[in-house]
Amino acid sequence: MKFTTLLTSAAMALGLATGAMAEDKTKVGFVYVGPVGDGGWTYEHNKGRLAVEEHFGDKVETVFVESVPEGPDAERVMTQMALEGADLIFTTSFGYMDPTINVAKKFPDVKFEHATGYKTADNVSVYSARFYEGRAVQGHIAGNMTKSNIIGYIGSYPIPEVIRGINSAYIHAKKVNPDVEFKIVWAYTWFDPAKEADAATVLIEQGADVILQHTDSTAPQAAAQEAGNVVTFGQASDMSEYAPFPRVSSIIDDWAPYYIARTQAVMDGTWESANTWDGIREGMVAIGEITDAVPADVKEEALALKAAMAAGEYHPFTGPIKKQDGSDWLAEGETADDGTLAGMNFYVEGLEGEIPQ
Amino acid sequence: MDLGEINPVLLVASLMVAATPLLLAAIGELVVEKAGVLNLGVEGMMIVGAISGFAISVETGSPWLGFIAAAIGGAVLSLLFVLLTQVALANQVASGLALTLFGLGFSALLGQSYVGIKPPSMGDIHIPVISDIPVIGPILFQHDPILYVGIALTAAVWATLKYTRVGLILRAVGENHDAAHALGYKVIKIRIMAILFGGACAGLGGAYISLIRVPQWTEGMTAGVGWIALALVVFASWKPWRALLGAYLFGGITVLQLNLQAAGVAIPVEYLAMSPYIITILVLVILSADKSSAPASLGRTFHASH
Amino acid sequence: MIVLEKRPQPSKAWSYATPVVAVLATMVFGGILFAILGKNPVEAIGTIFWEPLFGEFAFYYRPQLLVKGAPLVLIAIGLSLGFRAGIWNIGAEGQYIMGAIFGAAAGLAFYPLDAFYIFPIMVIAGAFGGWLWAMIPAFLKVRFGTNEILVSLMLVYVAEQMLASVSLGLLKNPEGFGFPGSRNLQSYESAHNAELIAGSGMHWGVVTALIAVIFAYVLLNRHMLGFHIRLTGEAPRAAKFAGVNPARLILFCLGLSGALAGLAGMFEVSGPSGVVSIDFNVGYGFTAIIVAFLGRLHPVGILLAGGLMALTYIGGEIAQSQLGLPAAAIQVFQGMLLFFLLAFDLLTNYRIRAARSEVA
Repeated sequence: MKFTTLLTSAAMALGLATGAMAEDKTKVGFVYVGPVGDGGWTYEHNKGRLAVEEHFGDKVETVFVESVPEGPDAERVMTQMALEGADLIFTTSFGYMDPTINVAKKFPDVKFEHATGYKTADNVSVYSARFYEGRAVQGHIAGNMTKSNIIGYIGSYPIPEVIRGINSAYIHAKKVNPDVEFKIVWAYTWFDPAKEADAATVLIEQGADVILQHTDSTAPQAAAQEAGNVVTFGQASDMSEYAPFPRVSSIIDDWAPYYIARTQAVMDGTWESANTWDGIREGMVAIGEITDAVPADVKEEALALKAAMAAGEYHPFTGPIKKQDGSDWLAEGETADDGTLAGMNFYVEGLEGEIPQ
Repeated sequence: MDLGEINPVLLVASLMVAATPLLLAAIGELVVEKAGVLNLGVEGMMIVGAISGFAISVETGSPWLGFIAAAIGGAVLSLLFVLLTQVALANQVASGLALTLFGLGFSALLGQSYVGIKPPSMGDIHIPVISDIPVIGPILFQHDPILYVGIALTAAVWATLKYTRVGLILRAVGENHDAAHALGYKVIKIRIMAILFGGACAGLGGAYISLIRVPQWTEGMTAGVGWIALALVVFASWKPWRALLGAYLFGGITVLQLNLQAAGVAIPVEYLAMSPYIITILVLVILSADKSSAPASLGRTFHASH
Repeated sequence: MIVLEKRPQPSKAWSYATPVVAVLATMVFGGILFAILGKNPVEAIGTIFWEPLFGEFAFYYRPQLLVKGAPLVLIAIGLSLGFRAGIWNIGAEGQYIMGAIFGAAAGLAFYPLDAFYIFPIMVIAGAFGGWLWAMIPAFLKVRFGTNEILVSLMLVYVAEQMLASVSLGLLKNPEGFGFPGSRNLQSYESAHNAELIAGSGMHWGVVTALIAVIFAYVLLNRHMLGFHIRLTGEAPRAAKFAGVNPARLILFCLGLSGALAGLAGMFEVSGPSGVVSIDFNVGYGFTAIIVAFLGRLHPVGILLAGGLMALTYIGGEIAQSQLGLPAAAIQVFQGMLLFFLLAFDLLTNYRIRAARSEVA
């Protein structure tokens, strides 16, 4: 208890000391799980940070620490940022959830934003992106493009985020191509480009002519390019260097609008704890350019699907949908609730194999 | 589940690709250890090779120049190891680990402006006629040139160690540096050459990942291959062809487990994912009847105090 | 021409002075690096070394040095015994993971029971998990002569897969909405390795690390077994004549280092970290090898080396956020520090002299 008081009073003392200065400069901290040069997850968050700097200019100061392991190291980095007078701290990995809550307790005046988690507090918001909306568009294109009717899917770990993507892509591929089959390979690593290359090659060798990836490197793109007739989609970033073929479209994480809005809210004093789950409509999920390698009518349908989601008229998980075991999940016209989606740990009907548990 | 979907010919062809970075790094380290030096900095030298090769081939547009640069980059980094262990006589285990730490950081600094770029492609060699032979063609004659370099290097190292005077001296230095010194061989000089060779090979292995297998630059992209290469040298009992066998075994199981997953075999994924490591251990246990052991002077510091 | 001349006795004076010289050299070269990167070198160096110890928020960072350094020291102590005897356990990372899994599983098995005996059981389970994992290479070496370097290293990767597996399955928090990772042991009082004095950073892992240092010191200097360990490393043949049983020594050294690494993992998961998750391990097992050698395999040296490594980690993070230095620059800086520490060690054992003319 004593320690908490000490920290808080130190923070307050600092707040008082720099109060005059703080009025014209908002300090925003970012804690990254990977290096900013990972070309994927952290790279995109860092682009968001740069967008904040560009948008607000002299009115903000941003700081970041990269490659911070989850656990006590993350807690220390957040505490350090808070001690040094950060007003708002974005913690950009699921594993930062408990550390964020712990540190937030000690610094009630600092606002925290935790990505992809579910624990909130008065000064902790959570935010995440509805990437599965992008997966729906991919699934639609993939189902139309495949000739072998085998679509390969590379996953990192069987967590709800990845499973949601598989389900969404499958549902929409199946809709346009009832014969479609998904082959799923789990890399069981967050980051190993060489293994991703192997996984893609294996899937191609087993007949897949469309590869979807939930890993961040371009290795599968290169493998597809070498194979010659395999379609891929960019992940996390646009991967446009592989356009127009094999990369025919992409899902892009765009955190900039959210980061700018939340920083603005802190500046205005209107920041409130929230649970944000934004998608295509809000611009957090962007669909990269659909290239001309996709037939015009398919492209048009895909864009229409995207537009419907952007307008809020269509939910990718709309019934009737059954679970893999044949039990009913969503009735006709019913849409999935966010709670079920957030913790999704089952396949929908038609997908083969078991989710590793 | 349908095992028939696994095409053994393609499996062998892709395991050769998967094994090449391992093989290159392991062959280099094998020579280093044969000379009695334990350099645990393989991962660091690989990643520096990966970025040197990537940067040069992007700048010049030539993958070949890239690979040369990668070999030089790996060797230059190993020069630090030379300074530490051969000049300053520092502990080799700690120096090697420090080298890895340094290499990972240094490569990331070098590579800051190379994220998200596609390097020029090297292309495969398609020798007319023989590359079209069924089964043998795809396995043996349809690969990128560096893969053949790896196999040639294995053969060259094997022949050199076994049949040449250089190889004999190298082994003598590794087995008993005091005796080798007494015979008038320049222990330090020979070890330096071996370490530089090891660095160059590791650099090539790293560049194989960044230029051919993935091809892309990302921080830390070697993702632990250097450590596996180190383990392979032990696995191979310091014999070049067994290093090749080990690399193919390891690469093969990695590719096979992904194949089994894709074919929907009902083995839990985590067991499949750990299988390359476990099978490597098991094979080593079976092979450990072979009592050929490490070079006797391995890891020991030499100082000529006459 | 400069030649090295071996000192008859390692120089006491230099053995104290070299770390200082090495740190100074690192400051110079690190400063140049930071200057190249466009940062103020004096400020950067000051931030890394000064801030955590004496800066404005040192009251927070000093305890953190204990939290960061304790697992390194605890693992390194165990490794150093084996290294001295020529037994190469480089798989401490895997033993650390298994200790954490076993320790956390033992605690979670009792959830939500409140009892005083839960934590001690977790401690035993953690040590057992690490011991068990280290016994695999030990047994294979004793029974089949299998090389322990390869086996212990390969088992790190196996342990990592197990960690992922239990995070996604067996130990997954049933109230975690399907997300991977276990319950947080910090909020399960009977299983929580809390700070002994709030704000001090002192948790049971720190205490155990200090005990291990003393234990290793006594063992090496006052005990027959310690003598055998040193003898085996320095003169294996003499050791045989002295009646050392190599198999028993292998089992002891690997077992002990595994148990200590397991304890480190268990204290980490039940205290500072709290959860078993896919990314629970952060490389302490590998860094500890550096710490062991940096401390010259001497218990007190390891203690100091562990502290120094912790300092550069924490100072490096501060420099990242305050000065915008990339993490990679900090890594390079750490590498330099290690290089200089290792290189200047030369002066302890050798004299540098200018030889007249003949070539050495």
